Amino acid sequence: MITGTPKPIEEVLEMLEPYDNIIVAGCHGCVTVCRVGGEKEVQVLASTIRLAREAAGNKINIKEVSLERQCDPEYVESMRPYVGDYQAVLSIACGAGIQFLAEKFTTTPLLPGINTGFLGVTERQGEWAERCQGCGDCVLHLTGGICPVTRCAKSLFHGPCGGSVRGICEVDKEIKCGWQLIIDRLKALGQMENYGKLKPYKGWSSARDGGPRRIIREDMIS
Amino acid sequence: MKSGSNLEKVLAAGHFSVTAECGPPRGADPEIVRKKAAFVRGHVDACNVTDNQTAMVRMSSLAGCMLIKEQGIEPLIQMVVRDRNRIALQSDLLGASALGVRNLLCLSGDHQKFGDDPQAKNVFDIDSMQLIHLVRTMRDEGVFPSGDKLEGAPQFFIGCAVNPFADPFEIRVPRLKLKIDAGADFVQTQCIYNMDKFKKYMEDARKEGLHEKVKILAGVTPLKSAGMAKFMRRMVAGMDIPEAVIERIAAEPKDKQAAKGIEMCIEQIEELKEVEGVAGVHVMAIEWEEKLEEIIGGAGLLPRPVLV
Repeated sequence: MITGTPKPIEEVLEMLEPYDNIIVAGCHGCVTVCRVGGEKEVQVLASTIRLAREAAGNKINIKEVSLERQCDPEYVESMRPYVGDYQAVLSIACGAGIQFLAEKFTTTPLLPGINTGFLGVTERQGEWAERCQGCGDCVLHLTGGICPVTRCAKSLFHGPCGGSVRGICEVDKEIKCGWQLIIDRLKALGQMENYGKLKPYKGWSSARDGGPRRIIREDMIS
Repeated sequence: MKSGSNLEKVLAAGHFSVTAECGPPRGADPEIVRKKAAFVRGHVDACNVTDNQTAMVRMSSLAGCMLIKEQGIEPLIQMVVRDRNRIALQSDLLGASALGVRNLLCLSGDHQKFGDDPQAKNVFDIDSMQLIHLVRTMRDEGVFPSGDKLEGAPQFFIGCAVNPFADPFEIRVPRLKLKIDAGADFVQTQCIYNMDKFKKYMEDARKEGLHEKVKILAGVTPLKSAGMAKFMRRMVAGMDIPEAVIERIAAEPKDKQAAKGIEMCIEQIEELKEVEGVAGVHVMAIEWEEKLEEIIGGAGLLPRPVLV
């Protein structure tokens, strides 16, 4: 899923200073699962803002909404009838959702309520970790199902570097060395021959470096 | 000869080779480099010039190489893939070769988190293994990796670094083999203090015949004090300094520890000379270049051979 973290409330309040009539918009997708932008978080954030503004003697009216997905036009369109009645939308969906609202509602300012994080997994309740950078050219079949681009701090294709000590990355004692994980797994799978091969230079054009990406499925376009 | 560098010639002639390193200054003052160069000249076959090591911003390696070259020292340019994509790497390789740099060390580079600018974006477009391959392609095939013909191929004696002490240990020799397959001509190792582990590494390398395919220069760094040894062990990932080494230098009074460090370094070089497959030493006297003559001379490695 796409993960995120709430922006500090001070930053949110500063963004909202020019406004006294807004929408706080959540999303039932990924950000609900990682508990940063769902219906419940909309309620909590809206209440916090109201209280803060009341305390500051500068009341604000907030409409609370939660869309099924902010990244899908059919759900986004459901906001159209009323979005013009408000000065701004504070979205706590991921960056994609926030931008999709912005491009659909061209005259309404869109404000980000969260910092979008990464494509990751729930390692345990309350802890998420990155697994994929969406580079567009997957090599997991060669690396024991562990991504060198994401899991190695230097995205090495022939790791580990000299900074790998007892399975820990030199960058942070909380980070496991991605290449130690890859090697352990290749050994367990009996696929160490994959290690001994020189891999071609990665083509980054399928990643962000090629410019904003697009997927077109002709079979699905009506 | 692949590059015609002095280092390549010395090694090809079967001499036990010596390299050292100069860290460029944290500023634009060329005199600092010239002063260091004066301590290096005549004592080495080539001198590494580091490339923003520990991600601290310094004068560029290429500029440092030119400054020491003017002082009559053969430069060895270090190049990390942390800060440059393949376009910049190729361009700098061409420039360095055009300016007469003939030795190259291909490195990943320390992560930017350790340096001045931990907020910097890192590059790592290709890794150090692929940089070796890229240089070899340019040198031997006379083409860019894109396939276009070069207007003059760069001439480099291609080096790589290895850390025999990082984990997992069992991957260290296979990883060296990969670097050789990619095109490495020589290797400089991480500072060695754990001689037993290094000898085991060399034994494994010899089993694969790697010492016959690549020139292995064993890295040493003289300890200035017991404090420095403890600091390095604590702060540098993959730095293996056995307790016995620290105890030996710590047993000396503080004012005699530096001399002891040099004595231990010389002893170690003597021991390394006897290890089959070790073709030379890389003496990293960090901010202590003035001791190079004493160390290298003390190990019986002066004067350096002069080859034409």
